[in-house]
Amino acid sequence: MEKTVLEIRNLTKRFDGAGVLNDISFSVREGEVIVIVGASGCGKSTLLRCINRLEQPDGGEILLDGKPVGGGDMVAVRRQIGMVFQSYDLFPHMDVLGNLSLGPVQALKRPKAEVEAEAKAALARVGLADKLHALPRQLSGGQKQRVALVRALLMHPRMLLLDEITAALDPEMVREVLNVVLDLARDGMTMLIVTHEMRFAEAVADRVIFLDGGHIAEEGAPDQFFHHPQTERARQFLNTFEFDSIKKS
Amino acid sequence: MQDLAVLFKGNNFQRLMGGLGVTLELSLISVALSVVLGLAVGVLMTLKNPVIHALMRLWLETVRIVPQLVLLFLVYFGLAKTFNLQLSGEAAAVIVFTFWGAGEMGDLVRGAITSIPAHQRESAAALGLTKAQSWRYVLLPQAARRLIPQAINLATRMIKTTSLVMLIGVVEVLKVGSQIIDAARYDAPQAAVWIYAVVFFLYFFACWPISLAAGWLEKKWS
Ligand SMILES: Nc1ncnc2c1ncn2[C@@H]1O[C@H](COP(=O)(O)OP(=O)(O)OP(=O)(O)O)[C@@H](O)[C@H]1O
Ligand SMILES: [Mg+2]
Repeated sequence: MEKTVLEIRNLTKRFDGAGVLNDISFSVREGEVIVIVGASGCGKSTLLRCINRLEQPDGGEILLDGKPVGGGDMVAVRRQIGMVFQSYDLFPHMDVLGNLSLGPVQALKRPKAEVEAEAKAALARVGLADKLHALPRQLSGGQKQRVALVRALLMHPRMLLLDEITAALDPEMVREVLNVVLDLARDGMTMLIVTHEMRFAEAVADRVIFLDGGHIAEEGAPDQFFHHPQTERARQFLNTFEFDSIKKS
Repeated sequence: MQDLAVLFKGNNFQRLMGGLGVTLELSLISVALSVVLGLAVGVLMTLKNPVIHALMRLWLETVRIVPQLVLLFLVYFGLAKTFNLQLSGEAAAVIVFTFWGAGEMGDLVRGAITSIPAHQRESAAALGLTKAQSWRYVLLPQAARRLIPQAINLATRMIKTTSLVMLIGVVEVLKVGSQIIDAARYDAPQAAVWIYAVVFFLYFFACWPISLAAGWLEKKWS
């Protein structure tokens, strides 16, 4: 039985009095990939953002490697949890190498030469060896997201939070980004992934969590969730991705 | 054409350069003070304190709506009449131009800071940078890239506008020019065209390199 990396207990979050997350509890084991799905506005991003305290939860507990997150040193916790967002969030005034080395050199105080060598190798692994000195605006969306993934990885995080990292991409670029994520999953990276790419979710997930109305409405193996959903809400949700039964006229 | 010779009669040329010196000195002091104060004002403006916000708005609207000349008269003549406080023309000029420049600069700083998308701040935080590191490496460099070209444009506007101070008795380049023209009214009636042309070029060569720099930086950082 693997170690538990992240444990979430009775997490609640309200915006202006409205409950967005209600009593969410689950845990993530080492090397596990959990995909979170649910309708737009159901609180998926909020959940990820509460984990590294970009949002302040209103109740409950979050434990990283058994230690409570929050209260004290959030910066230290964020260094252990990598996050990639939907919007391209590279720093536009730095080249790719600058983006990649900023965190390890400044936050972790690692030697620059060592970090840069590692950055080069990591970049080559995602097929961007020639983009070391490119500026973010010279990259395609898919290339930017691969760089953003590498940037998070170079912090050697305990786990990654990925929030719809392909949602803003043209279809032909989705694949190149998701391949990187699949490789990470094979290498045993612990990940919490929010995505609308259902085929990808099925391929990469060890477990699927379906959020609805701020609750975990259903949770299970991808096989079961995608082919034999237990709840009516999950069936409705999965149906929104089907066009087979719809005809133009 | 021989009227151009007026320019080199006696010490006319030195006087003109001296006038340019006054123009540049007033501009430089005012711009420097405006930058320092403007940075502080701009940061204050980004705080969401309603009282500070209202005061800053009022200030900014004042310097934008009221002509600089009115402010100059107000400070130079108004203070003397009302409080019996007679400032030198130079001091009044620096006060007015700094009051104007710091307000405008503050607004540029505020704009530069608030124009940085929220997700830049969040990405920096998510990467594990401290607040200070986020400002130093991520937020301020982006704000500066936006700010510097605009600040340079403001500086050239301030240099040009210092010509108004001749109306409160400060002898700067334009005033020297008109003194020379007046003195030569009978010997060289056409001197005005030449002298003003020279003044034109003096302003042009004072501001042009600055404008070029602004354009170059804007392009480099766009
Ligand atoms: N900063 C905020 N202030 C107020 N309400 C917010 C804020 N952030 C999110 N919300 C609300 O919380 C709810 C959940 O938002 P969240 O972004 O977590 O949804 P999501 O599941 O990620 O949606 P999507 O699939 O569209 O990304 C939404 O109703 C949203 O309007
Ligand atoms: Mg979202």
